[in-house]
Amino acid sequence: MTKLHRYLPTTDQDRKDMLETIGVSSIKDLFSDIPESTRATKDKAIELEEALSEQALTKHMKELAAKNTTTETHAYFLGAGTYDHYSPSIVNHVLLRSEFMTAYTPYQPEASQGELQALFEFQTMMCELTGMDVANSSLYDGFTSLGEACNLAVSATKKQTVLYSKGLHPQAKEVITTYAYGMEYDVKEVGLDGTRTDLTALKEQIGDDTAAVIIQYPNFFGTIEDLKEIKSLVEESKGLLIVMANPLALASLESPGKLGADIVVGDTQPLGLPMSFGGPHCGYFAVRKKYMRKVPSRIVGQTTDKDGKRGFVMTLQTREQHIRREKATSNMSSNQALFALGTSVFLAAVGKVGLVEMAQQNINHAHYVKQALENKGLTVLSGNDFFNEFVVKLDRSLTDVTDELLDNNIVAGYDVSKELDEDNAMLLCVTEKRTKEEMDALVSLLTGEGK
Amino acid sequence: MTTTYDKLLFEISKSGRKGYSLPESSVDAFDLNSAVPDHIIREEPAELPELSELQVMRHYTGLSNKNFGIETGFYPLGSCTMKYNPKVNEDIARYPGFANIHPLQPVKTAQGAFELMHRLEENLKEVTGMDAISLQPAAGAQGEWAGLLVFKAYHQANGDGETRKKILVPDSAHGTNPASAVVAGYDVIEIKSNKEGRVGVDALKEAVGPDTAGLMLTNPNTLGLFEVDIVEIAEIVHEAGGLLYYDGANANAILGKSTPGEMGFDVVHLNLHKTFSTPHGGGGPGSGPIGVKDYLKDFMPSPRIEKDGDTYTVSTNHEQSIGRVKGYFGNFGVNVRAYSYIRSMGAEGLQQVSEDAVLHANYLKARLSPYYDTPYSSHCKHEFVLSGNRQKKLGVRTLDIAKRLLDYGFYAPTVYFPLIVEECLMIEPTETEAKEELDAFADAMIEIAKDAEENAESITGAPFHKAVKRLDEVTAARKPIVIYQKSE
Repeated sequence: MTKLHRYLPTTDQDRKDMLETIGVSSIKDLFSDIPESTRATKDKAIELEEALSEQALTKHMKELAAKNTTTETHAYFLGAGTYDHYSPSIVNHVLLRSEFMTAYTPYQPEASQGELQALFEFQTMMCELTGMDVANSSLYDGFTSLGEACNLAVSATKKQTVLYSKGLHPQAKEVITTYAYGMEYDVKEVGLDGTRTDLTALKEQIGDDTAAVIIQYPNFFGTIEDLKEIKSLVEESKGLLIVMANPLALASLESPGKLGADIVVGDTQPLGLPMSFGGPHCGYFAVRKKYMRKVPSRIVGQTTDKDGKRGFVMTLQTREQHIRREKATSNMSSNQALFALGTSVFLAAVGKVGLVEMAQQNINHAHYVKQALENKGLTVLSGNDFFNEFVVKLDRSLTDVTDELLDNNIVAGYDVSKELDEDNAMLLCVTEKRTKEEMDALVSLLTGEGK
Repeated sequence: MTTTYDKLLFEISKSGRKGYSLPESSVDAFDLNSAVPDHIIREEPAELPELSELQVMRHYTGLSNKNFGIETGFYPLGSCTMKYNPKVNEDIARYPGFANIHPLQPVKTAQGAFELMHRLEENLKEVTGMDAISLQPAAGAQGEWAGLLVFKAYHQANGDGETRKKILVPDSAHGTNPASAVVAGYDVIEIKSNKEGRVGVDALKEAVGPDTAGLMLTNPNTLGLFEVDIVEIAEIVHEAGGLLYYDGANANAILGKSTPGEMGFDVVHLNLHKTFSTPHGGGGPGSGPIGVKDYLKDFMPSPRIEKDGDTYTVSTNHEQSIGRVKGYFGNFGVNVRAYSYIRSMGAEGLQQVSEDAVLHANYLKARLSPYYDTPYSSHCKHEFVLSGNRQKKLGVRTLDIAKRLLDYGFYAPTVYFPLIVEECLMIEPTETEAKEELDAFADAMIEIAKDAEENAESITGAPFHKAVKRLDEVTAARKPIVIYQKSE
């Protein structure tokens, strides 16, 4: 008798009965269509390690996990696009509900109302935060959302050049460069003035062929760019203003929509999602109404059932690959629906007042550390116009500093020396989670007092 | 299953309530107003809901009761491989050593994460018969796009970039295939399927030429049929100078039986959220790693994980690489679950998966073919298609059958896809369903077929027992309401 695996319910008797109904004598007959030359045989069978019991599996996985430094033991002053923030316990509890977690894309809306409504609420809250008219129900992450925004801008304006500020996340630059390689347009960098976009250079570079200008808000170095002034420069061309924004910062900062953005994208990881070594996170994508029919991926819309009762469906699907194939606005199929849900639970729990309070604590903590470092004589390359990240210039090798901090259970900031063309420049992030003790310990170690 | 809960977050919000707590701030407040122009400070706070913790939980529990997942019941959605998503993998992905680590922390402090990715890459090489894997793509469609960019970089390196601008795609392919080709900068040539539902060798011979960049193929295809001429197909494409792309959406049918590598494919993606049991999350996250043969390694996405003795490093210096396709290292948390699944199954277990998946599909097909038109009679792999044409003549559409199945407590099959089958129902039972469940589904389908003859209204009016009745999708698209509108 075949020994059954815990995930496989089919018994030998079941097999026998089913084969009989099918009218074949053995399972081999069902695989006879695979050409012999390509079939797995004894000498070319796939080789994997032996199957593990649940107990052996968790032991193995715990051993792997134990090799990593985590927020359980270390205070992270590392941000640069992924952040260690507070997330209420209920976020995870909702995500674990299998009705949400194990469902597929809601092709049958009558059996998927829960998720569809949650995504509709997500879209609404993302529009509130960004100041835009329409948001989709998520994309892979912030950087791929930006890539999709570039594709939209090139297609909408029929222009061939996307300008991005050097204040953009380096990995975002890499991702949009790949998108541009695909659709065959140009991406060009606009330089910095200190830690912010050089507006004189931007003005010079904007031209007839500019499809879009990309600004990160706050930018990669933490500095808050003046979107209003940038919009006035972009407006002279027919190009679009694309803003990649940290959605938590938008609790304190004016919405990009109000300041003139045409497309706002970003990642909702700061809103309750685990860092998870960089993924899965959740990209968001919001636009002005005129671009609604060019948006990539799923959009949920409100409608009624035949009794007139409110309900929700995926809508405007003629944009999408499963209907339009090669004429679709994008090839997006799977997105990050579960983490759009997680973000919504976070926003529902933290709410209108809480998000502002949380954002303000980030501002307070980061400015406290910045001030303390300056007071002790260190050079800070950022001004005071930052949210929760700023750049400090140290007088010794960042590798040494990082190791020393690790010995003291602190994960240091990100090395931005290359990006800023400065020696020993470190991008520090201070979230609401950092305690005064941790902040003071960081300061004394960075200033050499903690030795 | 039905519930009366139908409020939106915004309708149960009341000013002053909250469902969170933060510690008191331990440092002085900083007034950002002093550092930025006035117009940068937010004037109106975002209108987010205000709720207590229990209210939030009750809201989402109410919503979850109106949602159908794999643990709710049988989910025969074709090409989506809705198998059981093991619970222990959820525990594991939440270990702090996986969930609470930062992608940019020093590489030496994340060796366990890199080791896991390296091990997964090695496992996926075995399963696909490929020589190198990149875990970066976030989903199947992103894998397709990345794979086609590898085609592009390869042809450019050979000096053929300007001439090889066409990607061949069978008419039975997933919509992502042609869409991915376009965002990779290619033109799409559609290949008509032959009468047997497969790529015809003659049609392919006519389509290939010096402008061919490659062919995208799902094998078994979306009709659930194995491309029996695959060896010849590969030869034709390769002789014309093109490359062969394997869409792994249907890989659940071939585990341990064959590999795309053996079949002659040059690039492959896998959907870890299908074949390797990670939950679909209501549409995502997925993970769509790609694998390539040796001669395409240099074009793979960057960065890559390298093993040097017992130490893992990250390399970024790849001149011919197509570059980065996603932030950081892909959907790491999804990859953790997939690795955990592979370790739970082993090679024999995976082969059993495919055998049972194929057995289940053929069994359901045999039970249903007397009652529904079966456009392709040969044995299927892990899924099969039926046509609702017979029922359509009685006034019952495939859409009606799908909705009626919801009333029986099942999810619906994929419908109206592939496009080449009229009134198509595409059914994929997977290996994790017990025979009793397959029988219950078959009984329901048979009863619906009988009702179509005698009592059509019981189907055309469906669903009757869900949270809502048939929804008006046409008006939703004509007059889109995509964010909450306060009622006056």
